[in-house]
Amino acid sequence: MSSIKDRVIDIIAQQAVLEPSDVSLDSTLDDLGIDSLGLVESIFAIEEEFDISVPFNANAPEDSEFDISSVASIIDGIEALVKDQS
Amino acid sequence: MKRVVITGAGTINALGHNVPDTLEAMREGRCGIGDLEFRDVDRLAIRIGGQVRGYEPETRFNRQQLSLYDRFTQFTLIAAREAIGQSGLEFSGELAARSGVVLGNSGGGMTTLDENYRSVYEDGKNRVHPFVVPKLMNNAAASHLSMEFNLKGPSFTVSTACASSNHAMAQAFQMVHGGMTPVMITGGSESMLCFGGVKAWEGLRVMSKDGCRPFSANRNGMVQGEGAGIFVFEEYEHARARGAEILAEVAGYAMSSDASDIVMPSKQGAARAIKGALADARLNTSDVGYINAHGTGTAANDKTESAAVADVFGAHADRLMISSTKSMHGHLIGGTGAVELLACILAVRDGIIAPTIGYDEPDPECALDVVPNEAREANVSVALSNAFAFGGLNAVLALKRFG
Repeated sequence: MSSIKDRVIDIIAQQAVLEPSDVSLDSTLDDLGIDSLGLVESIFAIEEEFDISVPFNANAPEDSEFDISSVASIIDGIEALVKDQS
Repeated sequence: MKRVVITGAGTINALGHNVPDTLEAMREGRCGIGDLEFRDVDRLAIRIGGQVRGYEPETRFNRQQLSLYDRFTQFTLIAAREAIGQSGLEFSGELAARSGVVLGNSGGGMTTLDENYRSVYEDGKNRVHPFVVPKLMNNAAASHLSMEFNLKGPSFTVSTACASSNHAMAQAFQMVHGGMTPVMITGGSESMLCFGGVKAWEGLRVMSKDGCRPFSANRNGMVQGEGAGIFVFEEYEHARARGAEILAEVAGYAMSSDASDIVMPSKQGAARAIKGALADARLNTSDVGYINAHGTGTAANDKTESAAVADVFGAHADRLMISSTKSMHGHLIGGTGAVELLACILAVRDGIIAPTIGYDEPDPECALDVVPNEAREANVSVALSNAFAFGGLNAVLALKRFG
């Protein structure tokens, strides 16, 4: 099985309609053209993929415990959640 | 008051994926009703319907659009692209700011509801896709239509069960007629051919297991259909100034409420709507050559509707033609009046009266010329379209040949 990092990048790339190789770790979702609906859809896809629950509230994304400021921060967050929730 | 004309029409339904194919099927008296195909159909007692076949959503919409568009929204956009394309209108500036969308719909995103209830109840999942709400809401189709074509004026969805589209088109007509806006996009859509959608109707015991035979003595119920019909209603001078092709004139309408029963129709309520539409359009009963009947194929509707027509038209009732095209495309519920308006355009513009197919035996309680089984050529200058909904809410439109 590929790494958490690769699987998260695949999901984000699919949402952004890009190749995974075009998604860099320091990109923000904004850079990738993912809007608020795209973000909640990505989080849903991530929850399905890893069977975890992501603490994210679309009303106040910046106040959520889950850091979505870059692809790298999302991957870190998912890795922590997978560890905690497994 | 402004004159209102139709400058674009579009559809997708069991008879065709566009207007020309649908009108050809109506001329040929073709039946679009067949065996239903979807998950768990074997658990239904009713297994026939007017399903849209040979439709591949992926050829019309991209993945992101499909994640947001329920089937009823997809049908709406397909029909709208055809209608607005035909009209030649492009919406920008002042025209965009004033033009809006009024659509009829009854069940909203019923297939989205069905799939997601199945997922949480049957499959025990605890998570649903984030777009369930924006997909299933009844106004989703009107909203996506307004976004795709930049329509920024008054836009909303009307829900009056089987009369939804007629109420919507009546409202759109009134807005153009009264000078509020030069253009409205209107019509309606429905897609409830899924396990839950048909199961609910099955419970009411009004559905036929073998076919829709309106006005025929051996009729045994209604058959559901699906699809959309969309029209461009335009102020006449606006259409003329740009040299638009005019399909027909919308002459008037009326609405009424039976105020009596949640499912049984009323002769008086239907008659008041028919009479009111003629008065609004300033027409005499003798002007009407064709009526597209509500004609559901249920015992109750067809005899009540026949009696209402006989009451309103008197001796002229025996001279006019009345047919139910639901025998071909099924009952599209909230979208039905929109697809049926196409039969009225066929009558006044092309002089062809779509038949009531499946007609086997005369019923003395429906003793009108129902154009049995074969289309007919006739010179008709005025057509009415009837819609009498569950809940006793009625809306009748009057269409006139243009010119």
